[in-house]
Amino acid sequence: MNKLVGAGDVIAQLRDGMTIGIGGWGPRRKPMALVRELLRSPLRDLTVVAYGGADVGMLCAAGKVRKLIFAFVSLDFIPLEPYFRAARQSGALEVMEIDEGLLLLGLKAAAMRIPFIPTRTGLGTDVIKHNPDIRLVDSPYDERQWLAMPALPLDAALLHVDRADARGVCQVKGPDLYMDDVFARAASRTYVSCDELVEPQFFEQDEEARYVFWERAETTGVVHLPCGAHPSSCAPLYGFDVKHFREYTASAKEADGWAKYYERYIACSEVEYLQRVGGEAAVKKLPLPVF
Amino acid sequence: MTDTALVDAIICAASEAWRNDGEVLATGIGIVPRLAASLAKLTCNPDLMMTDSEAWMVAEPVPLGPRGDYVMRRESHMGFARIFDNVWGGKRHAMVGPTQMDRYGQANISMIGTDYRKPKVQMLGVRGFPGNSFNHANSFFIPNHGTKVFVAGEVDMVASVGYNPARLARGWRLDDIDIRLVLTNLCVMDFGGPDHQLQLRSLHAGVTLEQVQQATGFPLHVPASVPSTPAPTAEQLALLARLDPHGLRAGVFGA
Repeated sequence: MNKLVGAGDVIAQLRDGMTIGIGGWGPRRKPMALVRELLRSPLRDLTVVAYGGADVGMLCAAGKVRKLIFAFVSLDFIPLEPYFRAARQSGALEVMEIDEGLLLLGLKAAAMRIPFIPTRTGLGTDVIKHNPDIRLVDSPYDERQWLAMPALPLDAALLHVDRADARGVCQVKGPDLYMDDVFARAASRTYVSCDELVEPQFFEQDEEARYVFWERAETTGVVHLPCGAHPSSCAPLYGFDVKHFREYTASAKEADGWAKYYERYIACSEVEYLQRVGGEAAVKKLPLPVF
Repeated sequence: MTDTALVDAIICAASEAWRNDGEVLATGIGIVPRLAASLAKLTCNPDLMMTDSEAWMVAEPVPLGPRGDYVMRRESHMGFARIFDNVWGGKRHAMVGPTQMDRYGQANISMIGTDYRKPKVQMLGVRGFPGNSFNHANSFFIPNHGTKVFVAGEVDMVASVGYNPARLARGWRLDDIDIRLVLTNLCVMDFGGPDHQLQLRSLHAGVTLEQVQQATGFPLHVPASVPSTPAPTAEQLALLARLDPHGLRAGVFGA
């Protein structure tokens, strides 16, 4: 079985209006090379589901997002994502703003093929007021009302991992999965970029298989993209690129900042991109963040 | 009072939030809450559980900032998915920093403005506030006590539930909500007043009652006697020096 594809092939399989889940968390292990490929495409009217960082900011800046399903959009060490802010403050962005845990429950419900999961999370908040699709339900077992978090099925999920083989066995050795396993399960099709492409035998060594968190049947396509998470991190291989994120954030303060950023870092091949951010060796040396 | 003396007193007062919690996960988001939780674990409640602010539960608090040759003492994995499992189970007490808070203790970090579809100021989003607020105990640290934070009326986006009876779903009671301490640059408060009214617990050195009331957009309950926030002990200061070797806490008020 061979699921190897190019980034262009992945984007070619997406359609306008689709619901796309993006793995990672804030500035961490985002499938940024796939996002850049999406930015280069004519795709539009997307519903994006993410624990958002620059992936969401860039897609907003490029006008790709019709609706955003999110709990936060942040670069963490730069708390406020400038292009997401601009999109929200312009009134152009339709949103489903929910709790981090509700987002997880919605993906889990989709993964479990059930319409909703009951929870106390979100009760009493404006999350209910601003999302009339989120209903309260009576419990068959007690006298209380519960919030029924609807399933969030994804047409496609885009993820980045440390290693994968051509069959779609994926490995994440960083300290956190960031719900990527649930994104994979909630999606009809899951496309994974990997820093390193390995032979299937790799997973037979020592404890390597212990770091595989979803079955290969959940992986539709594998794209080999070294440093494909840059400028986000892919711990333990590399940390996030603070300097690049500062440049990206600063660009939002200029009148045609996004156009300039796009010209320099998006309107090129990924090989050129890597050169423009200092090369593969420099990315691999980016230090892991200290908290 | 210098900024450092003030922030040290606030951290020590904030650490009291976890004193009687027993074995729960103490989460402090931001420099002051994190140091307060760390101090609590090293002084009044050694049973507290704590993370490295990333993905591991640790046996002792991790110092702030670059750590040199310090080696973390990991005790279990604690990635985000597991944090949610812990949140939903209720064995946690978080201290966080909202942008707005109202008379009910409802808090906001999402957006500012009257039109939700077109915010005047977009901030982070509700993050984990809805879940935290209805699943476990919560305390708050607010470094700039003023009427823009402690607003009249309700906060612009209720991200965090408070003691507002009008917002309870059927079958739920105000006792299902558990807000503990609210600490600011002026004072320490809680929601222990009549009908869960915000009440003053202590004033920081040099701060007057009038100052606090003027900086709060709704009436505050003032008990018969209001003590001063205690000054840190020598032991607490020594621990803070160890937990914050680069002195990052001195910049909390923007100095």
